[in-house]
Amino acid sequence: MKNIGIVAFKELKIYLTSPMAYVVTAIFLALSGTFFITYLAGTNYTDTSIRGFLDVGQILILLLAALLTMRLVAEEKKLGTWELLLTVPVRDAEIILGKFFASVAVLGVMLILTFYYSLLLLIFGDPDLGPIGTSYLGLFLLGCASLAVGIFASSLTSDQIVSAVVTCGILFGLWLIGVAGSITPGAFGDILSYISLSYYFPDFARGILDTRGIVYYISIAVIFLYLAIQSTETDRWH
Amino acid sequence: MIRIQSLTKCFGNRVAVDNIDFSVDKGEIVGFLGPNGAGKTTTMRIITGYFMPTRGDVWIANYNMATHSLEGRRLIGYLPEMVPLYSDMTTRAYLQYVARLRGLDRRKTKSRIDDVVQLCALHEYIDVILGKLSKGFRQRVGLAQAIIHDPEVLILDEPTIGIDPIQVAQTRKLIQELGKDRTILLSTHVLPEASMICERVIIIHEGRIVAQDRIDNLSTLLKGVNRLRVKVQGPAGKVTKRLGRIMGVHKATYERPYHFVEFSAETQPQAEIMEALVQEGWTLLSLESIEMSLENIFLQLTAEKERGR
Repeated sequence: MKNIGIVAFKELKIYLTSPMAYVVTAIFLALSGTFFITYLAGTNYTDTSIRGFLDVGQILILLLAALLTMRLVAEEKKLGTWELLLTVPVRDAEIILGKFFASVAVLGVMLILTFYYSLLLLIFGDPDLGPIGTSYLGLFLLGCASLAVGIFASSLTSDQIVSAVVTCGILFGLWLIGVAGSITPGAFGDILSYISLSYYFPDFARGILDTRGIVYYISIAVIFLYLAIQSTETDRWH
Repeated sequence: MIRIQSLTKCFGNRVAVDNIDFSVDKGEIVGFLGPNGAGKTTTMRIITGYFMPTRGDVWIANYNMATHSLEGRRLIGYLPEMVPLYSDMTTRAYLQYVARLRGLDRRKTKSRIDDVVQLCALHEYIDVILGKLSKGFRQRVGLAQAIIHDPEVLILDEPTIGIDPIQVAQTRKLIQELGKDRTILLSTHVLPEASMICERVIIIHEGRIVAQDRIDNLSTLLKGVNRLRVKVQGPAGKVTKRLGRIMGVHKATYERPYHFVEFSAETQPQAEIMEALVQEGWTLLSLESIEMSLENIFLQLTAEKERGR
């Protein structure tokens, strides 16, 4: 446990001292803010919800996860510090989890910074807080799953660009099979939907807390973190 | 302290380390010698737990690295060949991070950082970003990192490579200092370095151990033949023949513009060579002894091994 904290703390410090996290957060806020307000304007300010933010936010989170995680392992491999990390008395799982929690913290801060959208709605209108709460939970869980995928991709390579591209490939692939699922009839279509990242989010946005969605996102996170740990382990065997 | 039993490591079809056995006793400084690609780094990576062996076992104290890797790793300080530095951290932040990963608490971390900064002479660079350090200082920070937890065993992969001669001398002194109460295995491809620092050397070539012995025993084997490089103004053919007749000289050869004279270690034919040349009326332009290159020694040792089979 202590080691996870040590690794996470160091990663957080790097996030705070390098431009990547700031640039990513700035772009996230700028784009999601724009869509938040254009949606409101589109409904002539009759629908006081954060739907505009959610529509673009869920896609942005996939991209941002790829950018936030791409250096986590790949850079260590390039610098040679991976050899240091794997020869200190720290478990592979502790290293991966430490890095994961650091990226989750950045995601958390990013989401908290968007709370002012809801605050604006509260001041100027009468928003339904239930769906806003579940939407944030959904975004957070979707983000955690995406970050885990990113760390897995980063653990495969010493090239950050490759890591980002692989992450986007997996995430958008998992997203788009939902689209395929919705147009494919029968049980096969259902299965495609059930395993897709996009299937569960609309419920969260509508204010429905479905355990299937929660379990799904957590499962994706756990599976990819497990794969990242395995890939680290396998590196030792070549 | 370190015990290696029938260790083999394959990368795909390539055998990097081929069934080697050796051990390093507590308090010994052992040199691990070999040309590039001999398997030194791979062996060290297995000892430190970075790689798992294909076959065989590594023991650190009483811990088998295959089953008790974490316990074994606690006892080891490791300086990899590529110094593992985070280029945008300061020296202090870096040493702090490594110390914490090594399990030191905050107070101990602070006092140990003071110790290693003193030992590795890093005062002026303690708040400098690692990316801005010169190669020599990077190496020193690497060494500081390796000893931060005061380990019983030190594994140093080419600790003096790529740094200037003055720093090389300082680093060697530091290693000797550290070796007083620690077990050290250090790799190098510089033969004089091994004979300067180590009590014992293990010579590895193409993944196999070709010799392991105390330095004093090995040096007679290695220095069995010495060579001189002589430049003479005179008829090359006759000079070669005349040099070959001098007492103690095994062989004289000519490779434009030098004559090479091989002789056994017990004799000192320099004076006779000069005398002979003067008698013949030829002019001696230069005379210098050349050390056998490590590559030659490996060839000799491997050749001897083949013959022994």
